[in-house]
Amino acid sequence: MTQGANSFSLERGLNAWREEIDAPVASFFSSCVHCGLCAQACPFYVETGDPKYTPIHKLEPMRLLWEQEYTFWGKLKKTVRDSIGARLGREPKPLITDEMLEEWEPLLYDSCTMCARCSMVCPVGNDIHYMIRKAREGMVASGHSPEGLVAASVRAVNTGSPMGLQWKTLEVQIKHVETATDLEIPIDKQGVDYLVLLSSMEIINFPEYLEAITKIFDHAGVSWTLSRDCFEATNAGVQIGSKDIGAKLVQRVVDAADKLGVKNVISPECGHAYTGIRWEGPNMIKRAYPFKVFHIIEVLDQLRADGRIKTEGKEMDRLSMHDPCNLGRKSGVIKQQRSLMDLVASDFVDLEEHSEYQWCCGAGGGVSSNERAEELKLAAFKRKKAQIEQVEPERMVTMCATCRTQLEEGLEEFNMDIPVVGLTEMIADHLVEKETSEKP
Amino acid sequence: MTPMDFLLLTKGPLFSLAIAIFAIGMLIRLAEILTLGRAHNYATPRGNGVIPGLRTVYRRFNPDPGTFKRAPFDVIVGTLWHVGFVVALLLFIPHVELIKSTFGIGWPALPNPIVDAITAITLLALVAALVHRLRQPVKRFLSTPEDYLIWAVTFLPLLTGYLAYHRLINPYPLALGLHILSAEIFLIVLPFTKLTHIFTAFVARYYNGAIFGRKGIQS
Repeated sequence: MTQGANSFSLERGLNAWREEIDAPVASFFSSCVHCGLCAQACPFYVETGDPKYTPIHKLEPMRLLWEQEYTFWGKLKKTVRDSIGARLGREPKPLITDEMLEEWEPLLYDSCTMCARCSMVCPVGNDIHYMIRKAREGMVASGHSPEGLVAASVRAVNTGSPMGLQWKTLEVQIKHVETATDLEIPIDKQGVDYLVLLSSMEIINFPEYLEAITKIFDHAGVSWTLSRDCFEATNAGVQIGSKDIGAKLVQRVVDAADKLGVKNVISPECGHAYTGIRWEGPNMIKRAYPFKVFHIIEVLDQLRADGRIKTEGKEMDRLSMHDPCNLGRKSGVIKQQRSLMDLVASDFVDLEEHSEYQWCCGAGGGVSSNERAEELKLAAFKRKKAQIEQVEPERMVTMCATCRTQLEEGLEEFNMDIPVVGLTEMIADHLVEKETSEKP
Repeated sequence: MTPMDFLLLTKGPLFSLAIAIFAIGMLIRLAEILTLGRAHNYATPRGNGVIPGLRTVYRRFNPDPGTFKRAPFDVIVGTLWHVGFVVALLLFIPHVELIKSTFGIGWPALPNPIVDAITAITLLALVAALVHRLRQPVKRFLSTPEDYLIWAVTFLPLLTGYLAYHRLINPYPLALGLHILSAEIFLIVLPFTKLTHIFTAFVARYYNGAIFGRKGIQS
């Protein structure tokens, strides 16, 4: 990455794991009885039937290190083994090798979106996704992370965007939105209530989002701004599993918020950006923020609850919803999107397993930035497809650009004519015209 | 050594040894886990961790409907033999009396025929669980020799207890001695194997619930 490939080594990887192993990890490894129920919770296992995709198996190298170095029994076994070996004149065999990590790389990256569904069902209570996130730290430090994610991280550090997108591209879009809406998009405004962040994926694939928030915030009289210094919310460091990279990217947001003196930062319709900045960010930079972080859906629902969003008319077709893992199961935002749906949908039906038990779309956690995982990503989507087929909606609603892209591509692949919409745009479409609600 | 000598050995020095290894071993294991601690969390919590943590300790006895639908055998047979094992251990008259004489606390026991029937069901469920482990692709793939060892170590106290109760091993002191010995093996093996989950699963569940609870989710 930024330090150059030579600074990665097996030893650095193992050291990263040593730093990550804490009391929860030790309690989880101590408790696994190999029941295999986590496999039944994983879309990658369920849709491929290959036991190597069993979530807990993805952690085997890290478990070996824990056993050997953090348990009395493991230390004893190593001492005995080494002394017998020494007597026979044999070199001690390394516990974990580069070949082993190479074999595990696709298990930790290509077949895991860190969706945390396994963490919800493990009978002994293992939070497996918590450990996968930690395991990736060691994979990065040892130089065993996928090319696609490495490239995205380098671009994010160098240009500010994992897709290499520049402010001037966004500026073009800002102009378009301003022309279309006849509203001004505030840039670098001091002392406003909210700093709005975007994701490159959204800017490229779903420009409707920027237009939607521009309209909604104007309607509700919210003071907000974009920052020229930092418009990107996503965090490649969180996806690849590097606290160092993650901290660098989060610091840019903190600096931008500080410079503008804002009290609140809004993360866009993107899953990992939200968990990255909301939960991981302060821990990566090792201090609490001087501002609050919200997902756009939280902000919209608060505006709704405060009576600041007035809507008219409802969508008449049958709608269902996909909860992004990072927003629902991993961040506790579950009721908000449903209250917003009630506002604008007349025929809304939840998928059978939804909210904290919803199935991942198959693309998060860096899987969609990893070309090698393309086939697995589509395989995992089949679980979502089965869920969608069960309730037969006419359209799907979601609130994460990665989920949305995956749903669109997956549904198209299987020739299912079900459009996917972002919830924020859907709200914007139903706003009551301005003259009835005076701007404060 | 006569059967009576054997019984006295298992009831006396071996029993003390087993209890000591179990207690010290398990304390070390728990200390090894808890002393690792947790890094300070700087993110503003959405909820408190303690209550959701405790709730998850309880909730994981009860799988979510989706898991039950996808793995009914695991849920039913797994619950059955775990409950059966605990009932046989804690509610059989001689066991309750042993606990009373050792620790001075007692509780009502179940009538013998009921514990007998539960033990028989538990033995069958454990055999079914073993067959499942050998045949179900994920379980077979994950299983190591240790998994089969702890299966045997769990099965034997129930089996020897059942055989002793029905006088199927003679003379009786030998039968009882074998039963006590198998229980001692269970205790000695416990701290060094996955049998630790008997205790650590509660710690794991608590952490899981607390980690999610902090973010406003009941896991």
